[in-house]
Amino acid sequence: MNHALLFSVFIVASCGLAYELIAGALASYLLGDSVTQFSTVIGTYLFAMGIGSWLSRYVERHLVARFIQVELMVGVLGGFSAAALFFIFVWSPAPFKLALYLAVAGVGVLVGLEIPLIMRIMKRDLAFKDLVSQVLTFDYLGALAVSILFPLLLVPHLGLVRSGLLFGLLNVIVALWAWWLFRAQLQPFGRLRAQGAAALLSLLVAFAAAGELTSLAEAQLYADEIVHAESTPYQRIVVTRWKNDLRLHLNNNLQFSSRDEYRYHEALVHPGLATLPNARRVLVLGGGDGLAVREILKYPQIESVTLVDLDPAMTRLFASAPPLRKLNQDALLSPKVRVVNADALQWLEENDETFDFVVVDFPDPSNFSLGKLYSAAFYRLLDKHLNGEALAVIQSTSPLYARQSFWCVVTTLESVGLVATPYHALVPSFGEWGFVLAGRRAYRPPTSYAVDTRFLTPEATPGLFVFPGDMARVDAEVNQLNNQVLVRYFEHEWRQVIR
Amino acid sequence: MDRRDFLVSLAAAAGAASLAGCRGGPPPLPPGELLGTSLALGHRLQSAGFAPPSESRKVPVVIVGAGVAGLAAGWKLARAGFSDFLLVELENEAGGNSRAGRNAVSAYPWGAHYLPLPNREALAVRELLAELGVLLGDPRAPRPVYDERYLCATPQERLYRNGRWQEGLLPQTGVSTAERGQYQRFADLIEGFKRRRDDAGRAAFALPMALSSRALDLLALDRISMRDWLLAQGLDSPQLHWYVNYACRDDYGTASAAVSAWAGIHYFACRTGEAQNAGNETVLTAPEGNAWLVSGMLRSISAHAGERLLSGALAFRVAGGERGAGTGPLAVDLWLASEQRTLRLLADQVIWAAPLFLVPHVFAGHAALKAAAASYSYAPWLVANLTLSRFPDERAGAPPAWDNVLYDSAGLGYVVATHQQMRLWRQATVLTFYRTFDALSPQDGRAALRDTPRAVWAEQILAELERPHANIRQVTTHLDVFRNGHAMARPLPGLIWGEPRQRFAVDGERLRFAHADVSGFSLFEEAQYRGVLAAERTLRRLGVRFSSSLG
Repeated sequence: MNHALLFSVFIVASCGLAYELIAGALASYLLGDSVTQFSTVIGTYLFAMGIGSWLSRYVERHLVARFIQVELMVGVLGGFSAAALFFIFVWSPAPFKLALYLAVAGVGVLVGLEIPLIMRIMKRDLAFKDLVSQVLTFDYLGALAVSILFPLLLVPHLGLVRSGLLFGLLNVIVALWAWWLFRAQLQPFGRLRAQGAAALLSLLVAFAAAGELTSLAEAQLYADEIVHAESTPYQRIVVTRWKNDLRLHLNNNLQFSSRDEYRYHEALVHPGLATLPNARRVLVLGGGDGLAVREILKYPQIESVTLVDLDPAMTRLFASAPPLRKLNQDALLSPKVRVVNADALQWLEENDETFDFVVVDFPDPSNFSLGKLYSAAFYRLLDKHLNGEALAVIQSTSPLYARQSFWCVVTTLESVGLVATPYHALVPSFGEWGFVLAGRRAYRPPTSYAVDTRFLTPEATPGLFVFPGDMARVDAEVNQLNNQVLVRYFEHEWRQVIR
Repeated sequence: MDRRDFLVSLAAAAGAASLAGCRGGPPPLPPGELLGTSLALGHRLQSAGFAPPSESRKVPVVIVGAGVAGLAAGWKLARAGFSDFLLVELENEAGGNSRAGRNAVSAYPWGAHYLPLPNREALAVRELLAELGVLLGDPRAPRPVYDERYLCATPQERLYRNGRWQEGLLPQTGVSTAERGQYQRFADLIEGFKRRRDDAGRAAFALPMALSSRALDLLALDRISMRDWLLAQGLDSPQLHWYVNYACRDDYGTASAAVSAWAGIHYFACRTGEAQNAGNETVLTAPEGNAWLVSGMLRSISAHAGERLLSGALAFRVAGGERGAGTGPLAVDLWLASEQRTLRLLADQVIWAAPLFLVPHVFAGHAALKAAAASYSYAPWLVANLTLSRFPDERAGAPPAWDNVLYDSAGLGYVVATHQQMRLWRQATVLTFYRTFDALSPQDGRAALRDTPRAVWAEQILAELERPHANIRQVTTHLDVFRNGHAMARPLPGLIWGEPRQRFAVDGERLRFAHADVSGFSLFEEAQYRGVLAAERTLRRLGVRFSSSLG
């Protein structure tokens, strides 16, 4: 009997540590900053265990039955906690932290009850010194076993959700085993067996279905119906639809929503191109969705548009899928458009074509590789591809959220001798967004638009060029390849926004 | 580690390599070649036995060796409008330690791969950089503007230690406050040396070193090792010692316990160059390492003086030119390996721009010089170029840098050939991996280089890189290994300010020595200075008018 109980101490202790590790790891995965997550999870958990141990004094009778109940509750609550937390995060990150600490505290209180109860059950047959020595030995051995298995076997092979369910099962099995060992004195608690069976069954079903559960949850990360998903050598392309709203995500970053992309693309193209009545040749770097090209093709005098996008899967998708073709109005199929699938930088280095208007629509400078695309060296290279009167427009992140980053782009353009004219527009999906026009002579905003626009009007245009107090110019260094200050600004500023 | 241990570890690695082929697990070693300096031809110098000359040719100036020193000499002669010279080179191409390779992915270095921002006294370096269009504007400006394509892009360097990458090379995590205090004291000491000037206005540690102060307390530093100097300053931090030892291995192929403190401090204190558009620590680099400087000098020579390079030519005997041995020309006998015959050049002036360890095997007479050359010791090196189908997986911490150093490693880490590229998408690349043999005697290191097959080196290198890059074996498509038994002179205590080295620095009547060895350590700036200095002395002797590149 005592050996069986000691073995259950071992199992109970391993389950206890497992829930703690799972919660810490899940929080680190989903929220980042693993030091903080592990510290707060472990702290909460140990404190809750203390509460549980203290509460154990109020359990006065029916120790075995109470122990079995505690085990069943730990098994269900602990076992499902990882799965439940994952779903909650996917549903809405806001209550996730609350749910996390509630779950950790709940499991902690219950786990804190376990060992005192077992010790009191075993007290009948053992001297105090043997009791303490044996129980605590197996308690710590259980912890050791899990702490080794968790990173080596469980996380890599089962994942967090299934590991949680597995330990839940172990707790329930301990409960059922205890019920069997003490069945003689548990006659008045007939429902325990049924409860145990129900817990066992639900955990087993969940364990078997865990694969589908997680992919279901991941699908929920995109709240909407996925109409296209594709992994290319360069990125993961996901297109979602909700009613009439089409959205493009690249590597889980929203690129546009069809509800307001016209604001972004009109603001990107027309303030520059509307002032260039003689423009004939246009270059678009990035922008494989063809939406900027759609705006450019509104000008009948444009003779050719060269679109350089790295990923052939992107341009193929936006030239073939009917809803996307409808969105870009078959821009990529126009005879005026030449699609080049190449690295834009390599293409600029190896070609000497010049253009009247250039759209630079690269991802934000979130790492050192991307930071190079906003460097003085890049703008010098770009300048070589501009005709005398030409303008280039550069998407330049948000002047509101990343103010110094935005003005760093302006400063960098000016450092290579270009005249930089910054402006901004509100795109609800992104927030307040910034652009910079660059050319060799002074730029004057258009006083009229010869093409149809939904967002831009001649009256509202001067306002785009006005920067209110919270977006006004700030000092910034020139972004050079050998200092990459922009990446450091950008990282610093967006980190504050996300918090 | 003694030689036996080393060979045992090699054997173990070889065993692992052959086993790896049997098991299904790790992929087979990538293909590649074992390259190196022309070992067999060079070693023929020891046995002699070359055919007598089948032809004699008069050449006013012969430069032996087309490494950086020889090219710099040719560059200066050509720029002075003097074209009656011939550059002879044992290897099939010029460049010496600054040679490069090239494949479909990128050019990559086989040796030297960077140049620090030149300081104010490095006038010849600045003149060359200005001619090559990399230093923009006035070459003598205190803080010139440099072509940013050559300024090493951020991040420049990182260190892999305790399973994590950190920015910079000085260990940062788990370092006590006391150790940080030592970092600061070391930095202060170096800063003091950087600022120090003597009454004649000479820097304490100049680059070129010949322009350094001769203050006795500074010269005394050449009598102790770098390690002992640190300890004498009360600097015993293990992390600081690791860092300084790394610097000595990186620049001299020799541990800090063996390197002269003068040379060790010189590494840190001589770099005072500044740029208007870069931080002081920034270096100039290119995918092909320093080979762009080599091709730049070659271009300049052929533009000003036509084709002057005779490669694949082993100078096996230089006779005449000794004081009191008559006034006739010097005879330089060349073995033309491809034609299997000997060509004798009769030269008015000879600039010896090859390593000095060859002097005893080549010169007839010149007993004093031969004795002086014997006091030199040379470090063996191994360089490997790994072609990767894509960037390897990373461990946590700092993102990929140009120079990537591993903390507990026999190697010095690797540089990334494609680091200067501007690309949206980083794809294939070439990593150049360096290692020295500072734990062995140079003789044992050379024996290991000579006797170890490529597969063993490849296995060792991949095993080392596997620590920070778990999938390195999967992404490495090609791995070439380059051996250089006498890569560079080792600046051991006494070499730099000792009499034997200075014997090579004096101006001769017909013979001058121009090689980094004449300075005592292998740096581009030293090699170039020695080459230009020898060329200017030669021009003066010949009565050719020129404007000096050395101020």
